[in-house]
Amino acid sequence: MKPALLAAVVLAGTLGTLPSHAGPTQTAVLETYAAQAKVAEPGFAGFSVERGKALFLGRFTTGKPDTPSCTTCHTTDPRKEGQTRAGKVIGPMALSAKPDRYGVLAEAEKWFARNCDSVLGRACTPREKGDFISFMVSQ
Amino acid sequence: MLRVTCTIAALACGLPGLAVAQPSAAPQALMSKECGACHMAFPANQLPARSWAAVMAGLADHFGENAALDPASRAAIEGYLTANAATGRAKALRGLAENQTPLRITELPSWQREHRGKVTPQKLAITKAKSQSDCVACHAGAARGQFDDD
Repeated sequence: MKPALLAAVVLAGTLGTLPSHAGPTQTAVLETYAAQAKVAEPGFAGFSVERGKALFLGRFTTGKPDTPSCTTCHTTDPRKEGQTRAGKVIGPMALSAKPDRYGVLAEAEKWFARNCDSVLGRACTPREKGDFISFMVSQ
Repeated sequence: MLRVTCTIAALACGLPGLAVAQPSAAPQALMSKECGACHMAFPANQLPARSWAAVMAGLADHFGENAALDPASRAAIEGYLTANAATGRAKALRGLAENQTPLRITELPSWQREHRGKVTPQKLAITKAKSQSDCVACHAGAARGQFDDD
């Protein structure tokens, strides 16, 4: 099988079965993270909505003290608006409630770079980014 | 005609006293988008250039959060902020020593003098201000640099 076709089959297997509101742009971002995850983790077997949900709701002690969880600013309901520590409204994280999310890789990378460091105290892996987006596009 | 145009341009360029800062719209729009995603985009003329340079050099720990930007955006925004910063005898700089580099507008002597006794816990509660940095809670035009409405 040609590599490109193999990749397409693997992606269909890793992305196609998830309940999702994702359009073409979100799917493209997820495919990029899937390709990165396959390189980073030889045993990568696809993204998980449940792991993404656990990451979103989890509380951590390894990041900056003011932001122990994603939910510190985003609330525990992805369909609701959140609020920055400075008081600005943050649009909902669920794709169904804010359809322009997760469609631009550079924007996704910017916010993962910032917020994984603020909350986890480290960079997120490609699998964690894909899990997170998979959860949010399912919401 | 060409000669006339060049002469006028040379005159304009040669008279810095008459030059009006005309920052291109793009860096200002970028600043509003990026800074304004998390907090009011504070007007550039409320801090000296050295303060903006320090703020933009420390985005990885920006008052307790990582606010890192890609290098090109970071440079463009720093360029806008420093080019439009408070200079000389600006009101914001009154009482500030040249070797001081405040990272917060609220650290400026002029801010503290102006707000002494006004920004009380009761006032913050009434206005629902998140903190004393929440300028718009009292100054509706703060994001446009208008602070004379109190």
